[in-house]
Amino acid sequence: MASIEIANARKSYGAVHVLHGIDLAIADGEFIVLVGPSGCGKSTLLRMIAGLEDITSGDIRIGDDIVNDLQPRDRDIAMVFQSYALYPHMTVAQNMSYALTLRKTAKERIAESLAGVSEILGLNALLDRRPKALSGGQRQRVAMGRAIVRKPRAFLFDEPLSNLDARLREQMRTEIRKLHRRLNATSVYVTHDQIEAMTMADRIVAMHDGIIQQVGTPIEIYDHPANIFVASFIGSPAMNFLHGTCIKTDTTSAIRFADGHILPVAPRPGLYAGQEITLGARPEHVAIAAPETPGALPARVDLIEPMGLSTLIHVTLAGHELKIFTMDRPAFAIDSTIHIAFDIDKTHIFDRNSELRLPPVIKAPEETTKETSGANGT
Amino acid sequence: MVLSGRSRLGTTVYWATHYLMIAAFVAFALFPLFWLLKVSVTPNDILYTEGVRMWPSRITWDNYAFVLTKSSFPHFFLNSVIVSGSTAFITTIIAAMTGYAFSRFAFRGKVVIIALMLITQMFPLVMLIAPIFRILAPLGLTDSLTGLIIVYTAFNVPFATFLMQSFFDGIPRDLEEAAMIDGNTRFEAFRKIILPLTLPGVAATLGFVFTAAWSELLFALMLVSSESASTFPVGLLSFVSKFSVDFGQMMAAGVLALVPACLFFLLIQRYLVQGLTAGAVKG
Ligand SMILES: Nc1ncnc2c1ncn2[C@@H]1O[C@H](COP(=O)(O)OP(=O)(O)O)[C@@H](O)[C@H]1O
Ligand SMILES: [Mg+2]
Repeated sequence: MASIEIANARKSYGAVHVLHGIDLAIADGEFIVLVGPSGCGKSTLLRMIAGLEDITSGDIRIGDDIVNDLQPRDRDIAMVFQSYALYPHMTVAQNMSYALTLRKTAKERIAESLAGVSEILGLNALLDRRPKALSGGQRQRVAMGRAIVRKPRAFLFDEPLSNLDARLREQMRTEIRKLHRRLNATSVYVTHDQIEAMTMADRIVAMHDGIIQQVGTPIEIYDHPANIFVASFIGSPAMNFLHGTCIKTDTTSAIRFADGHILPVAPRPGLYAGQEITLGARPEHVAIAAPETPGALPARVDLIEPMGLSTLIHVTLAGHELKIFTMDRPAFAIDSTIHIAFDIDKTHIFDRNSELRLPPVIKAPEETTKETSGANGT
Repeated sequence: MVLSGRSRLGTTVYWATHYLMIAAFVAFALFPLFWLLKVSVTPNDILYTEGVRMWPSRITWDNYAFVLTKSSFPHFFLNSVIVSGSTAFITTIIAAMTGYAFSRFAFRGKVVIIALMLITQMFPLVMLIAPIFRILAPLGLTDSLTGLIIVYTAFNVPFATFLMQSFFDGIPRDLEEAAMIDGNTRFEAFRKIILPLTLPGVAATLGFVFTAAWSELLFALMLVSSESASTFPVGLLSFVSKFSVDFGQMMAAGVLALVPACLFFLLIQRYLVQGLTAGAVKG
């Protein structure tokens, strides 16, 4: 096991800049998830760690070694590919022991490791099969097994679950987490699926357009997104955004929407009158309210989506489509008008130009959790 | 389905027409071969007297006996086997490595090299005979099997390379990347992981180049003048004299010349079938 450190790593293909100065320190044994939309450079970064892509500039360190110029085979890492990349002409056992064979490991040691790993992954009955004769889920397991057998310094995963159906994906998610707890191996896991990121990561690295947008634990990222991109990308159903202008008196701040409605917001540094701002509210922080509730705004019901456990109500407010999450089972007529209220302490304010979030109080450098208590206290 | 709603009879007619057309095509393609065989076993004295018949009233193996024991054909065969085998072997090795590079690497000048290789395929060979002769003569490569092998290899490498490249393109890069992470160098990954998966492609390339070289006449005729370095297509012409054509012996030689090519294809057919159908079904 080893830590991984990436310092100002850049990647360009000719004039196309794919990664713009990535800095990231991954602790020994940590499970890091790189998440972002397709094409943002996640795979490229992972492949740079693996040694499959050259580093245009910057340094990558695994353990104490700078690995910039090392071949993949000299980096002592294992990788699980989206396509699984099992060797079609080898059996499951041969696939899994290939790396050990290349390292001239003693036959008994190989057999021992193989037995252990196939036991953990439930592959005992499949050892003599070729990949062609396996189901998608089984292939995925073999790919995992091939990585685990080696006991490498770090595991790299490139969207390993995206070829599985929803149920299997959920199951493998849990299994990979359990495996990680058991092996405690430094892992870098790439996905475009924010649910995988939320459920699996020790820390999430949210990427967009070749730039790291935010690094933090899943809850930090969910509760305190650094900017509009992270706020909109993480969370499902997605956060609601409403555009407006800041109006300010000596004691209070508020946002005025295009239709003239006004909503008070918690004051925060950096907010000034006339500023173009975006209000962000997660569906669970918008509630249905009685018309006389202070701050309640009228909204039109567009659609009601029952999900069993909960219900999602789609409404239109001031020209913005919003989603409201409720554990009740509301029976509103479509197109009827209801009143909604925002949980002011939990809504976010973003500057529309910089797209950055304006934190309620100035953050103590390390302890982001203070922010919550600050906001609640206001 | 196209066939749904059609009557049973309609379906039968549909398929019968299908098979009839295929049968007609096969007959058309194979008839010359049959004629070759027929003439080769027809005794000389009745060749012209019996008229056009599907099968002679008597057959004889004399023509074969003559070709095998009294003519230079065994020698021509050997030359052809050496030339075609070496050409197929060398060309395939070069094409495998070049095709892999084209498939996997982006490098400066790649487009130029591909364009040049395509250009070599554009000229009628007749145009090139004279300059090639002038180049090979001072090197002592005319009238030699080595010279033929070099020329054939040069002319087959471009197409064989594109053929191999298409096979490599069909194999995901992930595989050799996985192998490189597992501990292979790139060349080892190529040799141990990629090449075994490309065996059908290798077989197809071998077969293609072998047959091309086996039946090549133009260069074999122009670059070689002595009998000692003649290949069998040139040898066949020796049955045509100023005064007559010895059809029986010529045809017997022709039938014999099919044997090595058939054997070769028998040898590689297991891979060939996979290769020709590759991509049709996802593995
Ligand atoms: N060989 C290449 N040449 C040029 N651009 C490339 C190459 N490989 C990847 N890219 C570009 O780099 C960007 C990031 O790709 P990738 O890392 O695969 O994204 P992700 O894995 O996040 O979906 C994409 O916009 C892609 O078009
Ligand atoms: Mg990717």
